[in-house]
Amino acid sequence: MPIYLPIAELPVSIFLIFGMAAAVGFISGMFGVGGGFLMTPLLVFLGIPPGVAVATGAAQIAAASMTGVLNFWRRDALDVKLGLVLVVGGLFGTLLGVLFFNAMRRAGYFELVLVLSYVTLLGTVGGLMLIESLRATFLPNRTKGQRPRRTDERWWFETLPLPMRFERSGLVISAIPLVLLGVFIGFAGSVLGIGGGFIVVPVLIYLFRVPTAVVVGTSLFQILFTMMAATMLHAVTNQSVDIVLALILIVGSVIGAQFGARVGQNLKGEHFRLLLAILIFGVAVRFAVEIGVKPTELFSIEQQEIRL
Amino acid sequence: MIRRALLLLALVLVAAPASAERLIISVSSSRVLITSSYTGAELVLFGVIERDGASVSRAGPYDIVVTVRGPATQITVREKARLGPIWVNAAQRKYAGLPGYLAIHSSRPMDQVTSEQLRERFLFSLADTIAAKGGGPPVDARAAHFNDALLRLKTAANLFQANDKGVVFLSPNLFRAAISLPATAPLGNYEAIVTLLSDGAPLATEKTDFEVVKTGFEARVALAAAMQPWLYGLVTVLIAIGFGWLANYAFRRD
Repeated sequence: MPIYLPIAELPVSIFLIFGMAAAVGFISGMFGVGGGFLMTPLLVFLGIPPGVAVATGAAQIAAASMTGVLNFWRRDALDVKLGLVLVVGGLFGTLLGVLFFNAMRRAGYFELVLVLSYVTLLGTVGGLMLIESLRATFLPNRTKGQRPRRTDERWWFETLPLPMRFERSGLVISAIPLVLLGVFIGFAGSVLGIGGGFIVVPVLIYLFRVPTAVVVGTSLFQILFTMMAATMLHAVTNQSVDIVLALILIVGSVIGAQFGARVGQNLKGEHFRLLLAILIFGVAVRFAVEIGVKPTELFSIEQQEIRL
Repeated sequence: MIRRALLLLALVLVAAPASAERLIISVSSSRVLITSSYTGAELVLFGVIERDGASVSRAGPYDIVVTVRGPATQITVREKARLGPIWVNAAQRKYAGLPGYLAIHSSRPMDQVTSEQLRERFLFSLADTIAAKGGGPPVDARAAHFNDALLRLKTAANLFQANDKGVVFLSPNLFRAAISLPATAPLGNYEAIVTLLSDGAPLATEKTDFEVVKTGFEARVALAAAMQPWLYGLVTVLIAIGFGWLANYAFRRD
Protein backbone atom coordinates (compact mmCIF):
# COMPACT_ATOMS: atom_id res chain seq x y z
CA MET A 1 0.00 0.00 0.00
CA PRO A 2 1.75 3.18 -1.10
CA ILE A 3 1.58 6.33 0.96
CA TYR A 4 2.75 9.73 -0.20
CA LEU A 5 5.24 11.42 2.10
CA PRO A 6 4.42 15.13 2.11
CA ILE A 7 7.92 16.41 2.89
CA ALA A 8 10.06 13.78 1.17
CA GLU A 9 7.68 14.26 -1.79
CA LEU A 10 7.59 10.68 -2.93
CA PRO A 11 5.38 7.66 -2.37
CA VAL A 12 6.67 4.75 -0.32
CA SER A 13 5.22 1.39 0.57
CA ILE A 14 3.85 1.78 4.07
CA PHE A 15 4.38 -1.91 4.86
CA LEU A 16 7.98 -1.82 3.69
CA ILE A 17 8.85 1.19 5.85
CA PHE A 18 6.88 -0.18 8.77
CA GLY A 19 8.57 -3.58 8.46
CA MET A 20 11.98 -1.98 8.25
CA ALA A 21 11.26 0.19 11.30
CA ALA A 22 10.07 -2.89 13.20
CA ALA A 23 13.23 -4.80 12.25
CA VAL A 24 15.48 -1.93 13.33
CA GLY A 25 13.38 -1.57 16.50
CA PHE A 26 13.85 -5.30 17.16
CA ILE A 27 17.61 -4.98 16.91
CA SER A 28 17.69 -1.83 19.00
CA GLY A 29 15.52 -3.43 21.67
CA MET A 30 17.69 -6.53 21.65
CA PHE A 31 20.96 -4.67 22.09
CA GLY A 32 19.68 -1.63 23.94
CA VAL A 33 20.97 0.73 21.25
CA GLY A 34 19.04 3.47 19.50
CA GLY A 35 19.33 1.91 16.07
CA GLY A 36 19.84 5.22 14.30
CA PHE A 37 23.01 3.93 12.67
CA LEU A 38 20.87 1.28 10.92
CA MET A 39 17.72 3.32 10.37
CA THR A 40 19.29 6.28 8.56
CA PRO A 41 21.28 4.21 6.01
CA LEU A 42 18.28 1.95 5.35
CA LEU A 43 16.00 4.93 4.72
CA VAL A 44 18.54 6.35 2.27
CA PHE A 45 18.78 2.94 0.62
CA LEU A 46 14.97 2.95 0.17
CA GLY A 47 15.21 6.23 -1.72
CA ILE A 48 14.36 8.74 1.01
CA PRO A 49 16.51 11.86 0.50
CA PRO A 50 19.41 11.71 3.01
CA GLY A 51 18.49 15.07 4.52
CA VAL A 52 14.94 13.93 5.24
CA ALA A 53 16.19 10.59 6.56
CA VAL A 54 18.54 12.23 9.08
CA ALA A 55 16.06 14.88 10.23
CA THR A 56 13.14 12.45 10.53
CA GLY A 57 15.29 9.78 12.16
CA ALA A 58 15.89 12.18 15.06
CA ALA A 59 12.20 12.04 15.97
CA GLN A 60 12.21 8.24 15.93
CA ILE A 61 15.29 8.11 18.18
CA ALA A 62 13.61 10.55 20.59
CA ALA A 63 10.61 8.20 20.82
CA ALA A 64 12.76 5.11 21.35
CA SER A 65 14.89 6.77 24.02
CA MET A 66 11.77 8.08 25.81
CA THR A 67 10.59 4.49 26.29
CA GLY A 68 14.03 3.51 27.57
CA VAL A 69 14.45 6.48 29.90
CA LEU A 70 11.13 5.72 31.60
CA ASN A 71 12.20 2.11 32.17
CA PHE A 72 15.53 3.10 33.72
CA TRP A 73 13.92 5.92 35.67
CA ARG A 74 11.54 3.55 37.41
CA ARG A 75 14.44 1.29 38.37
CA ASP A 76 16.44 4.30 39.56
CA ALA A 77 19.15 3.28 37.06
CA LEU A 78 19.76 6.81 35.90
CA ASP A 79 22.12 9.57 37.02
CA VAL A 80 20.03 12.66 36.30
CA LYS A 81 22.73 15.14 37.25
CA LEU A 82 25.32 13.49 35.00
CA GLY A 83 22.71 13.29 32.27
CA LEU A 84 21.94 17.00 32.57
CA VAL A 85 25.62 17.93 32.27
CA LEU A 86 25.81 15.85 29.10
CA VAL A 87 22.60 17.48 27.84
CA VAL A 88 24.09 20.96 28.25
CA GLY A 89 26.93 20.01 25.93
CA GLY A 90 24.58 17.98 23.76
CA LEU A 91 22.26 20.90 23.03
CA PHE A 92 25.18 23.07 21.98
CA GLY A 93 26.59 20.26 19.84
CA THR A 94 23.19 19.71 18.24
CA LEU A 95 22.98 23.36 17.25
CA LEU A 96 26.47 23.22 15.73
CA GLY A 97 25.59 19.93 14.02
CA VAL A 98 22.41 21.26 12.39
CA LEU A 99 24.25 24.36 11.15
CA PHE A 100 27.03 22.17 9.74
CA PHE A 101 24.41 19.84 8.20
CA ASN A 102 22.73 22.79 6.43
CA ALA A 103 26.04 24.17 5.17
CA MET A 104 27.16 20.79 3.81
CA ARG A 105 23.83 20.28 2.09
CA ARG A 106 24.13 23.62 0.35
CA ALA A 107 27.68 22.83 -0.74
CA GLY A 108 26.69 19.38 -2.06
CA TYR A 109 29.06 17.46 0.20
CA PHE A 110 26.49 16.16 2.63
CA GLU A 111 26.39 12.60 1.33
CA LEU A 112 30.16 12.35 1.34
CA VAL A 113 30.34 13.64 4.92
CA LEU A 114 27.62 11.19 5.92
CA VAL A 115 29.37 8.20 4.36
CA LEU A 116 32.85 9.11 5.60
CA SER A 117 31.60 9.71 9.14
CA TYR A 118 29.76 6.41 9.16
CA VAL A 119 32.88 4.59 8.00
CA THR A 120 35.13 6.26 10.58
CA LEU A 121 32.79 6.20 13.57
CA LEU A 122 31.22 2.81 13.09
CA GLY A 123 34.47 1.31 11.81
CA THR A 124 36.38 2.42 14.89
CA VAL A 125 33.75 1.55 17.47
CA GLY A 126 32.71 -1.66 15.72
CA GLY A 127 36.31 -2.72 15.19
CA LEU A 128 37.28 -2.15 18.83
CA MET A 129 34.19 -3.99 20.05
CA LEU A 130 34.86 -6.82 17.65
CA ILE A 131 38.43 -7.32 18.87
CA GLU A 132 37.34 -7.09 22.48
CA SER A 133 34.46 -9.53 22.16
CA LEU A 134 36.42 -12.00 20.01
CA ARG A 135 39.03 -12.09 22.76
CA ALA A 136 36.37 -12.64 25.38
CA THR A 137 34.69 -15.38 23.34
CA PHE A 138 37.71 -17.36 22.20
CA LEU A 139 40.17 -16.73 25.04
CA PRO A 140 37.80 -17.02 27.96
CA ASN A 141 40.48 -18.36 30.31
CA ARG A 142 42.79 -15.40 29.92
CA THR A 143 42.52 -12.83 32.64
CA LYS A 144 39.74 -10.55 31.57
CA GLY A 145 41.50 -7.90 29.49
CA GLN A 146 43.50 -5.45 31.51
CA ARG A 147 43.65 -5.32 35.22
CA PRO A 148 40.74 -3.16 36.39
CA ARG A 149 42.00 0.29 37.27
CA ARG A 150 42.03 1.25 40.89
CA THR A 151 39.58 3.96 41.80
CA ASP A 152 42.28 6.28 43.03
CA GLU A 153 43.95 6.24 39.60
CA ARG A 154 42.62 9.21 37.69
CA TRP A 155 42.84 10.39 34.12
CA TRP A 156 44.29 13.85 33.65
CA PHE A 157 40.99 15.15 32.26
CA GLU A 158 39.02 14.13 35.31
CA THR A 159 40.89 16.61 37.49
CA LEU A 160 40.39 19.64 35.25
CA PRO A 161 38.76 22.70 36.84
CA LEU A 162 35.02 22.79 37.66
CA PRO A 163 34.79 19.50 39.53
CA MET A 164 31.28 18.18 40.06
CA ARG A 165 30.04 15.55 42.43
CA PHE A 166 27.68 12.93 40.99
CA GLU A 167 26.08 11.23 43.98
CA ARG A 168 24.20 8.56 42.05
CA SER A 169 27.38 7.41 40.28
CA GLY A 170 29.59 8.09 43.28
CA LEU A 171 32.05 10.11 41.21
CA VAL A 172 33.72 13.49 41.26
CA ILE A 173 34.65 14.55 37.74
CA SER A 174 35.41 17.87 36.10
CA ALA A 175 32.40 19.12 34.12
CA ILE A 176 34.61 20.13 31.18
CA PRO A 177 35.29 16.72 29.59
CA LEU A 178 31.65 15.70 30.16
CA VAL A 179 30.29 18.79 28.43
CA LEU A 180 32.74 18.25 25.57
CA LEU A 181 31.59 14.65 25.24
CA GLY A 182 28.02 15.96 25.09
CA VAL A 183 28.97 18.48 22.40
CA PHE A 184 30.57 15.76 20.29
CA ILE A 185 27.63 13.37 20.60
CA GLY A 186 25.10 16.13 19.90
CA PHE A 187 27.06 17.18 16.83
CA ALA A 188 27.48 13.65 15.47
CA GLY A 189 23.87 12.81 16.27
CA SER A 190 22.31 15.69 14.39
CA VAL A 191 24.60 15.32 11.37
CA LEU A 192 24.36 11.54 11.07
CA GLY A 193 20.88 10.81 12.36
CA ILE A 194 22.15 8.63 15.20
CA GLY A 195 21.63 8.83 18.95
CA GLY A 196 25.25 8.08 19.69
CA GLY A 197 24.62 5.63 22.52
CA PHE A 198 27.18 3.24 21.07
CA ILE A 199 29.82 5.94 21.65
CA VAL A 200 28.60 7.42 24.94
CA VAL A 201 28.19 4.10 26.76
CA PRO A 202 31.75 2.80 26.27
CA VAL A 203 33.25 6.24 26.93
CA LEU A 204 31.33 6.62 30.20
CA ILE A 205 32.26 3.11 31.30
CA TYR A 206 35.89 2.96 30.30
CA LEU A 207 37.02 6.57 30.61
CA PHE A 208 34.83 7.96 33.36
CA ARG A 209 34.18 4.72 35.26
CA VAL A 210 30.48 5.46 35.56
CA PRO A 211 28.82 2.40 37.15
CA THR A 212 27.40 0.04 34.53
CA ALA A 213 24.07 0.08 36.36
CA VAL A 214 23.34 3.71 35.49
CA VAL A 215 25.28 4.16 32.27
CA VAL A 216 22.67 3.09 29.72
CA GLY A 217 19.88 5.03 31.43
CA THR A 218 22.03 8.15 31.61
CA SER A 219 23.06 7.84 27.99
CA LEU A 220 19.43 7.46 26.92
CA PHE A 221 18.49 10.47 29.03
CA GLN A 222 21.04 12.58 27.17
CA ILE A 223 19.98 11.16 23.78
CA LEU A 224 16.32 11.91 24.49
CA PHE A 225 16.98 15.62 25.00
CA THR A 226 19.48 16.08 22.20
CA MET A 227 17.24 14.28 19.71
CA MET A 228 14.24 16.36 20.75
CA ALA A 229 16.36 19.44 20.13
CA ALA A 230 17.64 18.02 16.84
CA THR A 231 14.08 17.34 15.60
CA MET A 232 13.10 20.87 16.51
CA LEU A 233 16.14 22.48 14.90
CA HIS A 234 15.86 20.44 11.71
CA ALA A 235 12.17 21.36 11.46
CA VAL A 236 12.88 25.05 11.96
CA THR A 237 16.03 25.50 9.88
CA ASN A 238 15.64 23.13 6.93
CA GLN A 239 12.04 21.85 6.98
CA SER A 240 13.20 18.30 6.35
CA VAL A 241 11.25 16.52 9.08
CA ASP A 242 8.56 14.35 7.51
CA ILE A 243 5.88 13.88 10.13
CA VAL A 244 4.16 11.05 8.25
CA LEU A 245 7.41 9.13 7.87
CA ALA A 246 8.25 9.86 11.53
CA LEU A 247 4.94 8.38 12.65
CA ILE A 248 5.46 5.14 10.70
CA LEU A 249 9.03 4.80 11.97
CA ILE A 250 8.03 5.49 15.58
CA VAL A 251 5.16 3.01 15.68
CA GLY A 252 7.15 0.33 13.85
CA SER A 253 10.29 0.65 15.94
CA VAL A 254 8.46 0.88 19.25
CA ILE A 255 6.67 -2.41 18.57
CA GLY A 256 9.80 -4.09 17.23
CA ALA A 257 11.81 -2.99 20.26
CA GLN A 258 9.49 -4.80 22.68
CA PHE A 259 10.08 -8.13 20.97
CA GLY A 260 13.78 -7.43 20.61
CA ALA A 261 14.14 -6.72 24.31
CA ARG A 262 12.72 -10.15 25.17
CA VAL A 263 15.15 -11.94 22.85
CA GLY A 264 18.04 -9.86 24.16
CA GLN A 265 17.51 -11.07 27.70
CA ASN A 266 18.27 -14.65 26.65
CA LEU A 267 21.59 -13.83 25.02
CA LYS A 268 24.91 -14.52 26.72
CA GLY A 269 26.98 -11.42 27.44
CA GLU A 270 29.90 -12.26 25.14
CA HIS A 271 27.68 -13.38 22.28
CA PHE A 272 25.62 -10.28 22.76
CA ARG A 273 28.63 -7.98 22.36
CA LEU A 274 30.04 -10.00 19.48
CA LEU A 275 26.78 -9.80 17.53
CA LEU A 276 26.48 -6.08 18.13
CA ALA A 277 30.11 -5.56 17.09
CA ILE A 278 29.56 -7.52 13.86
CA LEU A 279 26.46 -5.47 13.14
CA ILE A 280 28.16 -2.11 13.69
CA PHE A 281 31.29 -3.14 11.83
CA GLY A 282 29.17 -4.55 8.99
CA VAL A 283 27.44 -1.22 8.42
CA ALA A 284 30.86 0.48 8.33
CA VAL A 285 32.14 -2.02 5.75
CA ARG A 286 29.00 -1.55 3.67
CA PHE A 287 29.67 2.19 3.53
CA ALA A 288 33.38 1.72 2.88
CA VAL A 289 32.52 -0.41 -0.14
CA GLU A 290 30.13 2.28 -1.34
CA ILE A 291 32.83 4.92 -1.61
CA GLY A 292 35.84 2.64 -2.11
CA VAL A 293 34.61 0.70 -5.14
CA LYS A 294 34.20 2.41 -8.47
CA PRO A 295 30.49 3.23 -8.77
CA THR A 296 28.64 1.96 -11.83
CA GLU A 297 27.12 5.40 -12.31
CA LEU A 298 29.67 8.18 -11.90
CA PHE A 299 27.17 10.97 -12.36
CA SER A 300 24.50 12.21 -10.02
CA ILE A 301 22.02 15.04 -10.32
CA GLU A 302 20.70 17.40 -7.74
CA GLN A 303 17.62 19.40 -8.53
CA GLN A 304 16.29 22.53 -6.92
CA GLU A 305 13.11 24.34 -7.71
CA ILE A 306 13.50 27.86 -8.95
CA ARG A 307 11.20 29.77 -6.65
CA LEU A 308 9.70 32.84 -8.18
CA MET B 1 16.20 37.88 -28.35
CA ILE B 2 16.55 38.98 -31.95
CA ARG B 3 16.83 35.37 -32.98
CA ARG B 4 13.64 34.59 -31.17
CA ALA B 5 11.84 37.57 -32.74
CA LEU B 6 12.95 36.47 -36.19
CA LEU B 7 11.81 32.97 -35.43
CA LEU B 8 8.43 34.26 -34.38
CA LEU B 9 8.21 36.35 -37.51
CA ALA B 10 9.13 33.35 -39.63
CA LEU B 11 6.44 31.37 -37.90
CA VAL B 12 3.84 34.02 -38.59
CA LEU B 13 4.91 34.29 -42.22
CA VAL B 14 4.80 30.55 -42.66
CA ALA B 15 1.47 30.25 -40.94
CA ALA B 16 -0.22 33.37 -42.27
CA PRO B 17 -0.96 32.39 -45.83
CA ALA B 18 -2.00 28.97 -44.71
CA SER B 19 -4.08 29.96 -41.69
CA ALA B 20 -6.39 27.25 -42.86
CA GLU B 21 -5.75 25.11 -39.80
CA ARG B 22 -6.56 25.82 -36.23
CA LEU B 23 -5.84 23.65 -33.19
CA ILE B 24 -8.29 23.10 -30.39
CA ILE B 25 -6.80 21.20 -27.49
CA SER B 26 -7.82 20.15 -24.05
CA VAL B 27 -6.10 18.25 -21.28
CA SER B 28 -8.09 15.78 -19.20
CA SER B 29 -7.35 17.49 -15.92
CA SER B 30 -6.19 20.99 -15.19
CA ARG B 31 -5.14 20.11 -11.65
CA VAL B 32 -3.35 16.97 -10.62
CA LEU B 33 -4.02 16.55 -6.91
CA ILE B 34 -1.48 14.87 -4.70
CA THR B 35 -3.22 12.91 -2.00
CA SER B 36 -1.83 10.34 0.41
CA SER B 37 -2.24 7.61 -2.21
CA TYR B 38 -0.53 9.53 -5.02
CA THR B 39 1.84 7.42 -7.09
CA GLY B 40 2.04 9.56 -10.19
CA ALA B 41 -0.63 10.53 -12.68
CA GLU B 42 -1.80 9.81 -16.19
CA LEU B 43 -3.33 12.63 -18.17
CA VAL B 44 -4.74 12.62 -21.65
CA LEU B 45 -4.48 15.49 -24.06
CA PHE B 46 -7.07 15.62 -26.84
CA GLY B 47 -6.92 17.83 -29.88
CA VAL B 48 -8.87 18.61 -33.00
CA ILE B 49 -7.47 20.10 -36.18
CA GLU B 50 -10.07 22.49 -37.53
CA ARG B 51 -9.83 23.22 -41.18
CA ASP B 52 -11.10 26.26 -42.98
CA GLY B 53 -13.64 24.88 -45.49
CA ALA B 54 -12.36 27.08 -48.29
CA SER B 55 -8.75 25.96 -48.22
CA VAL B 56 -7.32 23.22 -50.31
CA SER B 57 -6.38 19.96 -48.66
CA ARG B 58 -2.75 19.21 -47.90
CA ALA B 59 -0.72 16.81 -49.94
CA GLY B 60 0.94 15.15 -46.98
CA PRO B 61 -0.53 13.91 -43.70
CA TYR B 62 -0.66 16.01 -40.57
CA ASP B 63 1.95 15.59 -37.86
CA ILE B 64 1.54 16.57 -34.25
CA VAL B 65 4.26 17.20 -31.69
CA VAL B 66 3.25 17.57 -28.05
CA THR B 67 5.82 19.02 -25.65
CA VAL B 68 5.04 18.96 -21.95
CA ARG B 69 7.26 21.06 -19.72
CA GLY B 70 7.28 21.02 -15.95
CA PRO B 71 8.36 23.89 -13.71
CA ALA B 72 11.83 25.28 -14.30
CA THR B 73 14.53 23.94 -12.04
CA GLN B 74 18.14 24.46 -11.20
CA ILE B 75 20.05 21.25 -11.79
CA THR B 76 23.59 20.42 -10.79
CA VAL B 77 25.22 17.40 -12.41
CA ARG B 78 28.21 16.04 -10.53
CA GLU B 79 30.78 13.55 -11.63
CA LYS B 80 32.61 11.34 -9.18
CA ALA B 81 36.35 10.93 -9.47
CA ARG B 82 38.93 8.96 -7.58
CA LEU B 83 40.54 10.85 -4.72
CA GLY B 84 43.04 8.63 -2.96
CA PRO B 85 41.17 5.51 -1.86
CA ILE B 86 37.67 6.90 -2.28
CA TRP B 87 35.30 8.14 -4.95
CA VAL B 88 34.03 11.66 -4.41
CA ASN B 89 32.07 14.25 -6.35
CA ALA B 90 34.56 16.28 -8.32
CA ALA B 91 33.63 18.14 -11.50
CA GLN B 92 30.16 19.62 -11.83
CA ARG B 93 28.05 21.51 -14.32
CA LYS B 94 25.01 23.61 -13.52
CA TYR B 95 21.87 23.90 -15.61
CA ALA B 96 19.48 26.76 -14.94
CA GLY B 97 15.99 26.89 -16.36
CA LEU B 98 15.61 23.30 -17.49
CA PRO B 99 12.14 21.91 -16.87
CA GLY B 100 12.04 19.39 -14.05
CA TYR B 101 9.83 17.26 -16.26
CA LEU B 102 9.95 17.15 -20.04
CA ALA B 103 8.04 14.92 -22.42
CA ILE B 104 8.14 15.17 -26.18
CA HIS B 105 5.53 13.09 -27.98
CA SER B 106 5.10 12.94 -31.72
CA SER B 107 2.89 11.11 -34.15
CA ARG B 108 5.81 9.80 -36.22
CA PRO B 109 9.55 9.42 -35.76
CA MET B 110 10.90 12.94 -35.47
CA ASP B 111 13.17 12.71 -38.53
CA GLN B 112 10.10 12.12 -40.67
CA VAL B 113 8.16 14.98 -39.09
CA THR B 114 10.44 17.86 -39.94
CA SER B 115 13.94 18.96 -40.84
CA GLU B 116 16.86 18.95 -38.47
CA GLN B 117 17.05 22.75 -38.35
CA LEU B 118 13.42 23.08 -37.34
CA ARG B 119 13.75 20.28 -34.81
CA GLU B 120 16.61 22.16 -33.21
CA ARG B 121 14.80 25.47 -33.34
CA PHE B 122 11.58 24.16 -31.83
CA LEU B 123 13.47 22.07 -29.25
CA PHE B 124 11.83 18.90 -30.50
CA SER B 125 14.52 16.76 -28.92
CA LEU B 126 15.49 16.20 -25.31
CA ALA B 127 19.20 16.57 -26.02
CA ASP B 128 18.66 19.86 -27.84
CA THR B 129 16.60 21.20 -24.95
CA ILE B 130 19.34 20.31 -22.52
CA ALA B 131 21.94 21.96 -24.73
CA ALA B 132 19.85 25.06 -25.30
CA LYS B 133 18.55 25.59 -21.80
CA GLY B 134 21.53 24.42 -19.87
CA GLY B 135 24.53 26.67 -20.03
CA GLY B 136 24.60 27.04 -23.77
CA PRO B 137 25.60 24.56 -26.45
CA PRO B 138 28.13 21.88 -25.59
CA VAL B 139 31.27 23.90 -26.08
CA ASP B 140 33.56 20.96 -25.63
CA ALA B 141 33.58 17.23 -25.17
CA ARG B 142 33.42 17.54 -21.37
CA ALA B 143 30.23 19.59 -21.48
CA ALA B 144 28.69 17.12 -23.91
CA HIS B 145 29.63 14.39 -21.46
CA PHE B 146 27.61 16.12 -18.72
CA ASN B 147 24.70 16.75 -21.08
CA ASP B 148 24.62 13.05 -21.93
CA ALA B 149 24.72 12.06 -18.28
CA LEU B 150 21.87 14.41 -17.44
CA LEU B 151 19.79 13.01 -20.28
CA ARG B 152 20.54 9.44 -19.25
CA LEU B 153 19.68 9.98 -15.57
CA LYS B 154 16.55 11.99 -16.28
CA THR B 155 15.34 9.45 -18.82
CA ALA B 156 16.00 6.60 -16.41
CA ALA B 157 13.89 8.38 -13.77
CA ASN B 158 11.12 8.82 -16.35
CA LEU B 159 11.33 12.57 -15.87
CA PHE B 160 12.46 13.08 -19.44
CA GLN B 161 10.47 11.15 -22.01
CA ALA B 162 10.57 11.03 -25.78
CA ASN B 163 8.01 8.95 -27.61
CA ASP B 164 7.61 9.00 -31.37
CA LYS B 165 4.37 7.05 -31.11
CA GLY B 166 3.06 9.19 -28.28
CA VAL B 167 0.50 11.00 -30.38
CA VAL B 168 -2.23 8.83 -31.88
CA PHE B 169 -4.61 9.99 -34.58
CA LEU B 170 -8.10 8.74 -33.89
CA SER B 171 -9.35 10.20 -37.16
CA PRO B 172 -7.50 12.36 -39.69
CA ASN B 173 -8.37 15.44 -37.62
CA LEU B 174 -8.64 14.11 -34.09
CA PHE B 175 -5.61 13.14 -32.02
CA ARG B 176 -4.76 12.05 -28.54
CA ALA B 177 -1.56 12.03 -26.45
CA ALA B 178 -1.03 10.35 -23.10
CA ILE B 179 0.94 12.34 -20.54
CA SER B 180 2.48 10.22 -17.84
CA LEU B 181 3.80 11.89 -14.70
CA PRO B 182 5.96 9.78 -12.39
CA ALA B 183 5.47 10.30 -8.64
CA THR B 184 8.76 12.18 -8.47
CA ALA B 185 7.71 14.77 -11.07
CA PRO B 186 8.11 18.22 -9.53
CA LEU B 187 5.14 20.13 -8.16
CA GLY B 188 4.01 23.29 -9.88
CA ASN B 189 2.81 24.52 -13.23
CA TYR B 190 3.07 22.44 -16.37
CA GLU B 191 2.74 23.66 -19.91
CA ALA B 192 1.69 21.54 -22.86
CA ILE B 193 2.58 22.93 -26.28
CA VAL B 194 1.01 21.32 -29.32
CA THR B 195 2.50 21.98 -32.75
CA LEU B 196 0.81 21.01 -35.97
CA LEU B 197 3.03 20.31 -38.94
CA SER B 198 2.57 19.09 -42.46
CA ASP B 199 5.31 18.25 -44.93
CA GLY B 200 7.81 19.42 -42.36
CA ALA B 201 6.31 22.90 -42.13
CA PRO B 202 4.78 24.18 -38.89
CA LEU B 203 1.17 25.24 -39.46
CA ALA B 204 -0.22 26.08 -36.06
CA THR B 205 0.64 25.90 -32.41
CA GLU B 206 -1.47 25.94 -29.28
CA LYS B 207 -0.77 25.90 -25.55
CA THR B 208 -2.56 24.70 -22.49
CA ASP B 209 -1.47 24.17 -18.94
CA PHE B 210 -2.16 22.21 -15.81
CA GLU B 211 -0.71 22.13 -12.34
CA VAL B 212 0.44 19.50 -9.89
CA VAL B 213 -0.43 20.43 -6.31
CA LYS B 214 -0.61 18.82 -2.93
CA THR B 215 -4.09 18.72 -1.52
CA GLY B 216 -5.90 18.01 1.72
CA PHE B 217 -3.76 16.56 4.48
CA GLU B 218 -0.55 16.55 2.41
CA ALA B 219 -0.98 20.22 1.55
CA ARG B 220 -1.65 21.17 5.16
CA VAL B 221 1.38 19.25 6.40
CA ALA B 222 3.67 20.85 3.82
CA LEU B 223 2.24 24.27 4.54
CA ALA B 224 2.63 23.85 8.29
CA ALA B 225 6.23 22.68 7.87
CA ALA B 226 7.03 25.76 5.83
CA MET B 227 4.94 28.42 7.54
CA GLN B 228 4.93 27.34 11.19
CA PRO B 229 8.14 25.36 11.59
CA TRP B 230 8.27 25.82 15.37
CA LEU B 231 4.78 24.46 15.85
CA TYR B 232 5.46 21.68 13.34
CA GLY B 233 8.66 20.71 15.15
CA LEU B 234 6.90 20.81 18.50
CA VAL B 235 4.07 18.57 17.29
CA THR B 236 6.61 16.07 15.90
CA VAL B 237 8.51 16.05 19.20
CA LEU B 238 5.28 15.62 21.18
CA ILE B 239 4.25 12.72 18.94
CA ALA B 240 7.66 11.12 19.49
CA ILE B 241 7.69 11.38 23.28
CA GLY B 242 3.98 10.61 23.45
CA PHE B 243 4.44 7.33 21.60
CA GLY B 244 7.58 6.59 23.60
CA TRP B 245 5.64 7.02 26.83
CA LEU B 246 2.69 5.04 25.51
CA ALA B 247 4.93 2.14 24.53
CA ASN B 248 6.52 2.13 27.95
CA TYR B 249 3.09 2.10 29.55
CA ALA B 250 1.58 -0.51 27.25
CA PHE B 251 4.47 -2.97 27.35
CA ARG B 252 5.30 -2.56 31.00
CA ARG B 253 6.63 -5.77 32.41
CA ASP B 254 6.73 -5.07 36.12
